[in-house]
Amino acid sequence: MAPSEAAIATPHPGADGAAPPAVLEAVGVGKRFAGVVALDDVSLTLRRGEIHALVGENGAGKSTLIKVLTGVHRPDSGELRLGGEPVSFARPHEAQQAGVSTIYQEVNLVPMMSVARNIFLGREPRNRLRLIDFPRMHREAADLLADFGVTADVRRPLNTLGVGTQQMVALARAVSVQARVVVMDEPTSALEPREVETLFRVIEDLHSRDIAILYVSHRMDELYRICERVTVLRDGRLVHTGDLAGLDRTQLVSMMLGREVSEVRRHGVTRFGGAHDAAREPVLTAEGLSRRHLLDEVSLHLRPGEVLGLGGLLGSGRTETAKALAGALPLDSGTVSVGGRELRRLSPAAAIRAGISLLSEDRKAEGIVPGLSVRENIVLAAMPRLSRSGIVSRKQQDRIVEIFMERLRIKASGPEQKVEELSGGNQQKVLLARWLCLEPKVLLLDEPTRGIDVGAKAEVQALIDELAQEGLAVLLISSDVEELVEGADRLVVLRGGAVAGELAGDLVNEADLLDALAAHTPEPSAPASEPAASGPPASGPPTSGPSAPGPSASEPRVDAPPSAPHTDKEQP
Amino acid sequence: MKSLTTAPNLPAPPRPTQATAPSATGRERFASLLQRHGAFAVLVALVLVSTFVFPSFGTLDNAQNVAVQASFIAVVALGMTLVIITGGIDLSVGSVFALGGVLAAWASQYGFWAALLLPLVVCGAIGTLNGLLIARAGMAPFIVTLATLLGARGLLLALTHEGATTYLVPRDSAFAELGQGTVGGFGYPVLVALALFAVGGVVLQRTSFGQSLFAVGGSADAATLMGLPVARTRVLVYLVSGLLAGFAGALNAARLSSGVTIIGSGMELDAIAAVVIGGTLLTGGAGSVSGTLWGVLLLAVIQNLINQIGSLNSSYQSVVSGGFLIVVVVAQRYLARARRT
Repeated sequence: MAPSEAAIATPHPGADGAAPPAVLEAVGVGKRFAGVVALDDVSLTLRRGEIHALVGENGAGKSTLIKVLTGVHRPDSGELRLGGEPVSFARPHEAQQAGVSTIYQEVNLVPMMSVARNIFLGREPRNRLRLIDFPRMHREAADLLADFGVTADVRRPLNTLGVGTQQMVALARAVSVQARVVVMDEPTSALEPREVETLFRVIEDLHSRDIAILYVSHRMDELYRICERVTVLRDGRLVHTGDLAGLDRTQLVSMMLGREVSEVRRHGVTRFGGAHDAAREPVLTAEGLSRRHLLDEVSLHLRPGEVLGLGGLLGSGRTETAKALAGALPLDSGTVSVGGRELRRLSPAAAIRAGISLLSEDRKAEGIVPGLSVRENIVLAAMPRLSRSGIVSRKQQDRIVEIFMERLRIKASGPEQKVEELSGGNQQKVLLARWLCLEPKVLLLDEPTRGIDVGAKAEVQALIDELAQEGLAVLLISSDVEELVEGADRLVVLRGGAVAGELAGDLVNEADLLDALAAHTPEPSAPASEPAASGPPASGPPTSGPSAPGPSASEPRVDAPPSAPHTDKEQP
Repeated sequence: MKSLTTAPNLPAPPRPTQATAPSATGRERFASLLQRHGAFAVLVALVLVSTFVFPSFGTLDNAQNVAVQASFIAVVALGMTLVIITGGIDLSVGSVFALGGVLAAWASQYGFWAALLLPLVVCGAIGTLNGLLIARAGMAPFIVTLATLLGARGLLLALTHEGATTYLVPRDSAFAELGQGTVGGFGYPVLVALALFAVGGVVLQRTSFGQSLFAVGGSADAATLMGLPVARTRVLVYLVSGLLAGFAGALNAARLSSGVTIIGSGMELDAIAAVVIGGTLLTGGAGSVSGTLWGVLLLAVIQNLINQIGSLNSSYQSVVSGGFLIVVVVAQRYLARARRT
C-alpha cells in the first residue's frame, strides 16, 4: 500500500489489545436455493463495537449472508450465535428484538407512508387509550432526524423526499431501536457526498457506543476509511477475513475477483482477440453522460474494428453506461453521436436506427422470448426492416435465419426449435444474431459470456473477435478480468459512475487493470496530478495507483490516446 | 413505555446541510386534498344541487330512505376498504352477505343471539379461509376469493334447496327489531353502520394494526423486513371483511324479515366501486374509511336521483356509477403524478 493511503485507513481505537468479545457470529453457515449453493460453510464474527466490511462481487453471497444474519432466511447448516449463545431467528422481527438492526439497500421503508410512521412502524408510541400518540410520534421523529441533519416535515409521505433523505430515515429507524448490531447494505449507494459524511458521523457515534456494524460496500475508499476488519466472499465461500489495515487494495480486489496477484502477473497472453486494425475516426462518441447517482460525466469513443473493454467493479456504472449509449437509460445530460451525427432524442428505437445494438446483461429478463422459436427470436428486432407494409416475407426471414445459425454456429434442432430448450450459450448466440441481422455499426455487449459453459464461452469470444475484425465497433463489459484484458484493445475503467482511467497498448493487462480497479479515489479537495491534456471534465480522478507488492516490471500507468478523454499520468 | 428514541448524541451536531426539506407545495397539497376528500366534495355538491332541482329529494323521509339502503353496502365496503388498503381484494363478500342473511333468518327461530352469532361464525370462517390461503399459501386474492364467492353461493343454494325454501324472521322478535327499529327516524342499521365506521376509522388510523395494513399494502417486502407480522395482518383483514359482510347480511335479513337468496350478487363490485371512489388506491397502501363512506353515499344518491327522475330506467344507475368510477380512477392517476412531481 502506498504510504499516502495509510493515513486514510486509520484503525479505530479498540482494535488493538485483546479483541473484544463477539456479538454476532455465523458459524459454518450454508444455504441453498433450489439446489443452487448460495453460501457454503461461511463463518463471520462480528466483535463488539467493530466496523466490519463485507465485500464480494455479484453472486458472492453477501446478500444471502446478510439475510441469514437478520432473520430473513434460515441457514440450512451451521448456526448463528448471539453473544456466544446459539440463536435462531425465525423472522426479521426476532432478529430486531435481539438487537440486530438492518438497513437494506433498496426495499426498506413504505414509500407512501409518512416519515414518522415509517420510523415507528410496529412500535408506535401510544397514549393512555392504547391508541397511537401522533403528536409525540411526530415530535420524536423530528428530534431523531435532526441528529441526522434531516429537517424534513416528518408528516410528509416518504416518497416525496430525496433518495438520500429516505436512506437517512431508514438509518434513523435502524439505530433508534436498541440495536447491538447494525447491518448496512450499501448504505451510501444513493447518497450525496455530504450525506455520506453525515452517515460516517453517525457510524462514528454508533462505534463509540460499542455497537457493532457490518458494512457492505463496493467503494474501496469508504471501506478503508471506516472499517477495521474485512470479510471477503466469493461464489458463496469465505475467501478471507482479517484486519483491513495492512491489506493492500489490489490484494483485496484480486480476492474479490478470484485472481491471485502473482498468478495475474505470471499469466501470459492467451489469445482471445489481440490488436485489431482500428480506424482512426470514432464511429461512436459519447460526451458527458450523466445521470444522478448513476453516471457522472462519462465520455468515451469507439472506433470501427476495435473492442473497447469497460472495466469496473460492481456498481461502477458499466451497465448504466451501456444502457445510456443504447438509449435505454434516461439521462440528465450528455450526448451520443454516431458517425459524427448527434442523436437528438435518445431512445432505444433511435439508437437501433442509428446502428447501436445492446446485448443486455440479463439474458432472461431483457433478452430472449423463451416461448418463441429460434427464428422468431432472431428476426424480432429486424421485423420493421424486413416488413413491407406490415407483411413480413417468410422467405426472407428463413434466409437470414439460416445465414446466422450457420455463421454463429447455433446448435439447435432447427430454426423452429423453442429458444427455452437451448443451452445458455446458444441462447446468447441467438440474441447476438438478433442484433447482428440489424447490421449494426456498434455492438454493446454486457456480460456476453456470463452463465454459459466454457466451450460456448470460447466460441462467443471468438465471434466477438471476428466481428471486430470485420469492422464492427464493440464495447465489451465483463466481470471476468481475463476476458476483458484478452478481448479488448483498450480499456476504460469506471469507478463510482465516472471514468477513472483508461488503459491502452501494453497496459491492457490484468495487473494494471486490477490496480486501476482498486485505485483510491482522491478527495475532491486533494490536488490532482497535473492533467496531461485538456480533456473534458468527464475524465475522472486520476488512477493514482498503489502498486501491488512484489516484483513488478510494469508500473501502473495510464496513457492518454489522442482523441480519448484524457487521463492523468502519475509518474513514479 | 420506554423511550424509543435513543438518538445518537453526535459528537458534532451536523450542520444543517440537508436542504431536502421543502414544505409541500400548494399544488401537492391540493392534489392530496382532492385525493382524500374529492368524493365528499362531489357528494355535497350533488346533494345541494339535487335539493333545489328535485323537491322530493331534499326531504327527511328520502334522506332516511337513502341512508338505510346505503347502510348494508356501507358495512360491506368498510371491510373491503381494509382489504384493498393491504393491496388485496375480496370478491366473496356479495355471496357471504347473502349467506349471512339466510343463516341469520334460519337461526332467528332460536333467538336474537343465535341469529347474530351463527352468520358471524360461518362468515368469519370463510374470511379466515380466504386469509389463510392468501397469506400462508401465497395464492392470489382474486382467485381465492372468487373460489369462495362460488362456494358461499353454492352453500347458500344448498341450504335453501335452490332457493325453494325461504326462512322467515319471526315477527316482533328482537332480531327483527334490529333491522326495522328506528331512532329519530333513522333505522338501527344506519346507526350500526356509522358506529362501525367510527370504530373502523380509529382502528385504521390510530392502532398498530391499522398502520400495518398500510405498510403491507405500501410494500409487503419492506413490512416483512421491518419485522411486521405481514401474514397475520393479511389473515386478520380477510377475517374482518368476512365478518362485516356476514353481519351486513344478517342486518339486511332482519330488515327484510327473511333470508333472501337472490341478493348480494354483484355487491362486491359495488363495494369496490365505492371504495375506489372514496379515494382508496386499488394498488394498496393508501385510503381511508371516511372516503368509503362518502363513496357509498354518493352511489346511493345517484341511484336515488335516477329513481326520482322516474322517466329514466333505473338501470342507468349502473351506467352513471360506472362512468363516475372511470373519472375517479383517471383523476387518481393524475393526482398521484401531481403529488410525486
